[in-house]
Amino acid sequence: MKKVEAIIRKSRFSEVKKALHDVGVNFFSYWDVTGLGNEKKGSVYRGVSYSTSDIQRRYLSIVINNEFEEATINAILQAGKTGEVGDGKIFVSEITECYRIRTGEKGSQTLK
Amino acid sequence: MLTTNNVWMMICTGLVFFMHLGFAFLEIGLTRQKNTINILFKNIFIITIGLLLYCLVGFNLMYPGEFNGFLGFAGFGLDAPRDAAGALDLAYNEGYTYWTDFLFQGMFAATAATIVSGAVAERMKLGPFMIFTIIYVGLVYPIAGSWKWGGGFLDQLETPFYDFAGSTLVHSVGGWAALVAVWLLGSRIGKFKDGKIQAIPGHNIPLATAGVLILWLGWFGFNGGSVLSADPALTSLTLVTTSLAAAAGGVVAFLVSTLAYKNYDLTMFLNGILGGLVGITAGADQMSPTDAILIGAIAGGLIVAAVAFIDKIRLDDPVGAIAVHLICGIWGTLAVGIFGELAGGAQFVSQLIGVASYAAICISASFLILFILKKVAGIRVSETEEIEGLDSHEHGMSAYPDFRMNEH
Repeated sequence: MKKVEAIIRKSRFSEVKKALHDVGVNFFSYWDVTGLGNEKKGSVYRGVSYSTSDIQRRYLSIVINNEFEEATINAILQAGKTGEVGDGKIFVSEITECYRIRTGEKGSQTLK
Repeated sequence: MLTTNNVWMMICTGLVFFMHLGFAFLEIGLTRQKNTINILFKNIFIITIGLLLYCLVGFNLMYPGEFNGFLGFAGFGLDAPRDAAGALDLAYNEGYTYWTDFLFQGMFAATAATIVSGAVAERMKLGPFMIFTIIYVGLVYPIAGSWKWGGGFLDQLETPFYDFAGSTLVHSVGGWAALVAVWLLGSRIGKFKDGKIQAIPGHNIPLATAGVLILWLGWFGFNGGSVLSADPALTSLTLVTTSLAAAAGGVVAFLVSTLAYKNYDLTMFLNGILGGLVGITAGADQMSPTDAILIGAIAGGLIVAAVAFIDKIRLDDPVGAIAVHLICGIWGTLAVGIFGELAGGAQFVSQLIGVASYAAICISASFLILFILKKVAGIRVSETEEIEGLDSHEHGMSAYPDFRMNEH
């Protein structure tokens, strides 16, 4: 089992979600995050200009069986891309075990 | 005729009451969410205590009848005039009954303290603020008000000082206290850092916008009711001058701030509208539409310059109360000597005397009250409290418990 985590542009979220559904990845969690990076945004409030390096992105956490890894990553790479700096990152890691709370069963069938 | 007049005056009383919602929305909108409950608490405290104090002493301090021109008092509580049969004496005034008179003026009284509330937002201790409010609304506002509206010495000048609805008597009275309070309090943590002015954006601009539009509506009662009758020509003219000045103030503040900062800043647009409203208030019944537009436009320009200037001299006024109420209040008062029916050298001098008289009493009274409070109890919350928010420390609750993106 693998965990694929991705930080993507909020504006690409609906395309990424559709691409994941298209390759059979139907459940995952996501939340809005604020991060720091190279991107700087200038603003003016009541005559005072200030710049913020806070960047708003959406964070996806997807746990899948091994055979879905490549399709999942490709779906995010394609649907999440705009070509501009700041499209985000994908992280892949091993998951050692998974339990379904309702039944107590464990292993790869819990992800189906 | 009294019935019609009185109905209009009661409608205006309701509109001025509604302005307190406008102030509350504006102030919470332009500050951070962690201090929302605190600001609402102060505003609710002001309107309730303000009315009770106005009933107890304020009304009779402000309208003492025959007096020496500086300080008079007609006794505690309300004492409605009765006719021979014991019913309310309707000969009290052609424009309104005694009861309407009290409530309309009472709604005005609380406004002066509300202006201070916004300027000291996010860092002043609640207790000292409440004590300040009680003294300022209960004593200072009505005594100062009696100098003109009560028939006092400014009304007795050879060319009487003129302030139709309170550019000076209400707005500058609040504005001077706001200035003194902001100076004694110091700036919010993070406002002036590393020798530079920092932006601390407000947390709810839609509420601030609603607040300004509500205030504009309320101003129909504030200025329209200051005609003190339903006189068709004067009330309608007043509503026109009020609205045109508000519109001109907003547009000019928007244009000037956009040219100066290359950014469409809605909060400056909003402050410009308020600047125009405060500016026209002193002479709303004396101006032609053109005069009103000019007064509003100049007020709008003043707002942008004053907000920048107040930042520059390191005073931290989160909602722009000093720029709106003090600077535009002074401008509107002086404008009566420059534009409209009363314009002239003698009138301008009287307006200057009025501005100076109110500066003297308001600065000294608010300094005295706040300086003593600062020495005795302290007027500023602790650093922890300020950083974590006044809501959780002073009130033990959050304005949006189920919706909090930013902890601080």
